[in-house]
Formats: sequence, C-alpha cells, structure tokens
Amino acid sequence: MVLNSIEKLLEKYDTGETTLKEEQQLKTYFAQEKVAPHLEPYKTMFQYFNNTKQELYTKDVPLKPRKSYIYQWISVAAVAVLMLGILIPNVFGGGPTSMEDLTLEQQMAFNETKKVFDMIGTQFNTGQNQMGALSLASSNFVKGAEQVKYINEFSETSSKFFKSKKSKNK
Amino acid sequence: MTQTDFIKLVMPFKDKVFRLAKRLLVSREEAEDATQEILMKLWNNKEKISDYKNVEAFSMTMTKNFCLDRLKSKQAQNLKIVHSNYQDNNTSLQKQVEAKDSVDWVSKIIEELPEQQKIILQLRDIEEYDFDEIAKVVDMNPTAIRVALSRARKTIREKLTNTHRYGIK
Repeated sequence: MVLNSIEKLLEKYDTGETTLKEEQQLKTYFAQEKVAPHLEPYKTMFQYFNNTKQELYTKDVPLKPRKSYIYQWISVAAVAVLMLGILIPNVFGGGPTSMEDLTLEQQMAFNETKKVFDMIGTQFNTGQNQMGALSLASSNFVKGAEQVKYINEFSETSSKFFKSKKSKNK
Repeated sequence: MTQTDFIKLVMPFKDKVFRLAKRLLVSREEAEDATQEILMKLWNNKEKISDYKNVEAFSMTMTKNFCLDRLKSKQAQNLKIVHSNYQDNNTSLQKQVEAKDSVDWVSKIIEELPEQQKIILQLRDIEEYDFDEIAKVVDMNPTAIRVALSRARKTIREKLTNTHRYGIK
C-alpha cells in the first residue's frame, strides 16, 4: 500500500475518525515486517493490539444450577418441631400431679373454691325443688287442656245440630 | 435455558469480558475472578437474559461497572505505594530490557491512562467494536467517545515515540 494513503489514514486514526474497515487496513499494513521508520511507534501499537487480542479466558466456569434450599429448610423445621415436642412435656409437664404436691396455701385455696362451688351446688338444688312445683302446675295444665278438648267436641256437635235445624226451617 | 444454551451464548464474548477486566484490573488473577463473577451473575439471571436485546453489550457494561467498583473499593482499602522519593538516574538493565520489549511498553502506557480512555481504547482497538456499541457500554455519545479515543491514541503514540527516541541508550 502506498505510504501516502497510510499516513492519511493514520492522521484520521489519531483523531478517532477512522472506520473499522480503515483500521483493519492499518492493522494489515503494520502486520508486515518492514514499515517506514517514522511510523515505528504505530507498529508497536498495532502489534500490541494484535497480541492482546489473542489472550483468552482459559479458566472454566463452574455453572451450577441454582439449588432451591426449601427442602432442607423443611427438614430443619421438622427437626425443630420434634425437639419441641419432646422438650415441652419434660420442662413444663413437671408440675404437681396429686394433692400431696401442693403447698398448704394452695390446698387452702383449693378447699375454699371447693366450698364455694358446693354452696352454688346446693343453691341449684333448692332452685330445682321450686322447679318441681312448676312441673306440677304444668301437668295440671295438660289435664286442663284435655278437658278443653271435650268442650271442643261438644261445640262441634252442637254446631252440627244447629246446621240441621236451620235446614229444617227452610 | 439449559447449560449448553448458555455456554453457546456466552462463548463468543467471554474472552472480551476477560480482556476488558484485565485491562482495568491489570492483574490476571483479578481479571479471572471478575470474569467468573460476571458469568455467574449472568447464569443466575438466565431467566431474564432473553429480555436483553444485546447480551454482549450488556455484559460488557456489567464488566465495566464491576471492575470500576472493584478498583474503588481497592483504593479505599489499600495503602498506595507511591515512589515519590525514589529516583533512578542511570538507566538500569531492567529499563533497557523493558525498552527493548516495546510492545510491553504499550500496556504500561495504557495502564496510566484514565479509566474511561482505557475502556474505550480496549473496546475499539482491541475488540473492534463500532461506536454505537461502545456508546451502549460506556453510556456516552459517539462524539465524546471519539474525543476520548483520539486522546488515548495520541498519548500512547507520543509516549512510544519518546521511548523510542530516548529509551534505548
């Protein structure tokens, strides 16, 4: 290639105006052994660019599919629940199980409440006695209702009787 | 999306991600870690990947942001060692070797550029992206990109010219 055109291209190159194609031309020109001595720095530059381009990434990439850790967490939760199930009765279940385990105060309180409940119970019983009187009254009501049935029967027959009388009058 | 689909999708640009990361983070190990991180992030969001129109540009943007964050946290963490009181008057053997190996010089020069210019230069001159794609990655308008690119290229050339002239002595 003519030196003149290369120099022109280099001028453009320095101002950043060259296209990729023109830069390719420059690269091929400077790839050759002999270049004009005043262009020596450019040769180094382009040589360097070419050398660098050969450099490759040689390490391989460890591509692991992303694991979902949800199952592991579920097992952890299950173990935790199991441990709690064992621990809770041991820690909190050691309370008093019979009357002898209670302190005196607690026994007294227990007795007091028992007394109160007993009292309420007897009151309930007297209430129930009075309820007996009510039930007697209600049974009497039932008897009265039966007697009313007789009256109904009587009124039915009497209305029949009146009907027939009316028809006779016509 | 299965693993093979994902690899097929990622394969074409994983090296570009790595090179950009290396450009910004300099150390190879750091860049490898960053690339891995980016790929893992993409993999973890593989359900959403089809929503992106340009996965490559998206990944490059991710890489850029990730590396810049990394640099920021590093600067906050570490003490910087600055050789302010250190001078080497006679050109050491080390320096001579470096000067000879001028291709390596380029990377050192690029290291000194501002991050923005580094990214743009990397994307343009090494990965050969067109300006629209770069605009997507760095979120700048093409004119500004051109300016930054031009500055970066000029800086590199000037510094290289200087080393060519004075470095080998």
